[in-house]
Amino acid sequence: MDYATLLQVLDTTLRLATPLLLACLAGLYSERAGIFDIGLEGKMLAAAMSAGAVAALTGSAWAGLLAGIGASMLFALLHGIAAITFRGNQLISGVALNFLASGLTVLIAQALFQQGGRTPPLSGPARFNAITLPGAEALRDVPVVGPLYYEVISGHSILVYMAFLIVPLTWWILFRTRFGLRLRAVGENPAAVDTAGISVVGLRFAAVGITGILCGIAGAYMATALQAGFGREMTAGRGYIALAALIFAKWRPVAAMWACLLFGFFQALALRPDVVQAVVQVRVPVPLLDALPYMLTVLVLAGFVGKAIPPRAGGQPYVKER
Amino acid sequence: MTMMKHLLGAAGALALTAGAAAAEPALIYDLGGKFDKSFNEAAFNGAERWAKETGGTYKEIEMQNEAQREQALRRLAEAGSNPIVTTGFGMSDPIATVSKDFPDTKFVTIDGWVDPAEHPNVLTIGFAEHEGSYLVGMMAALASKTGTVSFVGGMDIPLIRNFACGFAQGAVAVNPDIKFISNMTGTTPAAWNDPVKGSELAKAQKSQGSDVIFAAAGGTGLGVLQAAADEGILSIGVDSNQNHLHPGSVLTSMLKRVDVAVYNSMMQGAELDTTTQALNLASDGVGYAMDENNAELVTAEMQATVDAAAEQIKSGALVVHDYRTDDTCPAATF
Repeated sequence: MDYATLLQVLDTTLRLATPLLLACLAGLYSERAGIFDIGLEGKMLAAAMSAGAVAALTGSAWAGLLAGIGASMLFALLHGIAAITFRGNQLISGVALNFLASGLTVLIAQALFQQGGRTPPLSGPARFNAITLPGAEALRDVPVVGPLYYEVISGHSILVYMAFLIVPLTWWILFRTRFGLRLRAVGENPAAVDTAGISVVGLRFAAVGITGILCGIAGAYMATALQAGFGREMTAGRGYIALAALIFAKWRPVAAMWACLLFGFFQALALRPDVVQAVVQVRVPVPLLDALPYMLTVLVLAGFVGKAIPPRAGGQPYVKER
Repeated sequence: MTMMKHLLGAAGALALTAGAAAAEPALIYDLGGKFDKSFNEAAFNGAERWAKETGGTYKEIEMQNEAQREQALRRLAEAGSNPIVTTGFGMSDPIATVSKDFPDTKFVTIDGWVDPAEHPNVLTIGFAEHEGSYLVGMMAALASKTGTVSFVGGMDIPLIRNFACGFAQGAVAVNPDIKFISNMTGTTPAAWNDPVKGSELAKAQKSQGSDVIFAAAGGTGLGVLQAAADEGILSIGVDSNQNHLHPGSVLTSMLKRVDVAVYNSMMQGAELDTTTQALNLASDGVGYAMDENNAELVTAEMQATVDAAAEQIKSGALVVHDYRTDDTCPAATF
């Protein structure tokens, strides 16, 4: 594999890792607060549809982004009400929301546009177009670093850069702020948090809300940056891969970024079987490449690569006076 | 009790005659969805044409998952729909199961295969995708400036490989040194609906030098066409005429006249002739699309070259290899 090909693969990796990363961080907030969320997929889908629809109607990608975040937060709120207020089973609530999103998105898009559950193709300012970072053209001819900056780092939509900036932000919030400390505590030992006079319900709703925002950005990115519009089931299981990445990263933000980049890299490799064949000298079946993220996650869960310990209160509704 | 039996029998006979009188046809769309701007939408267009011309009505169901197939068939058959037209290879096995229980109902499987000897009430309609793909493959090779053309398939099944194989043969016929790249989106039905992956595959193929991409991938193909338009290269649509999706970027579309197949089946109604049909170039079952959206992309010479080959195929002077006959392709490996 020559350097230019490597850069192409890395470029694809960044694009494909972004929705995973946003969804993974979304899951991280929720699960760190003790609320399991397998509804990431559904939230992304709802956001993708709303973003695509509103961007098509208003002609503004930013309006689409806001609509996407709104729709995703609505789903997050539903999950919160089911799982926190009514202490329902978090997994079942998540699955239900996934089904709801799957059907509802197509229904609404069909009612709005009569294009078979798709939103109309977007163009111009209705999409988040690629931006060239400052100095990318000038540095292009600098050996090694220049092409890396020009090909891989520069030339993505603004949401990609936002996603990667949210990683240090998340680390800072979780490990350097009072809110973060409480958030982590509520996922480990909500009774202690409650004893300290802090609202468990409030903290958990805040975490679920942040999950909604991040899934909203992820969905909007798919519909208005990666693609030019929403299509049925367009998230294609990325919410589940993000969950796998979250486990792989052991619920830590920076590790989550590396996990998503790794999974994105596998997805990028699966697009280039010729490159894989040239490197390993054996013809590797594409489905095997597709399955790698899941296989790695199973390895982690089986305890081969360190130990993945979820937040202790994860999945348990909090009841006072238990 | 006897009275009851008589009554029931009369009611049953009434229901049967009512069913026969109002035997309206039914159409079942495959997982790609009714408005996929491609395969299933072509079926819908054929049914609409039938409804318009005859003033009849038809029932329709869109498949959401594999498990619904048999259930949908049974429900329509019990409701007296006749014939029941289905799209997609996935309906073959469910039809083979259900058709025995409803010997008086005619079933149509488009793109599938059900043995006519064992199931006399099932019509199998197949298409010579390799012939249509051959023509657009020639056109791709004629339009390519880089000497590299590529193919994005949906789910990796012999039918889709047949598209790829015909396309590669056509490209090689024009330019023996042409480089051909082929990618499949996946191995599950989800591969028909992943436009993001379609886009990324198109971009990956462009980075390998391809400047004409043929997509035979249902909803995923829309992502391929979008990426080709974004990247400023050419694409080729499939099944329906997709030239209008990105005018000036879609070189042509390989047409598969699913609409004609559906229309003809519904026209015959309950008297449907179940002799297996293979719709090819000679019977206008496949072809390529020319309209105002791609008029500037296709030169007169290109069209003349392709049309000459089409005549040869029709007359039998030129035989395009069908991948499905022996699972090999002379022009490409998978």
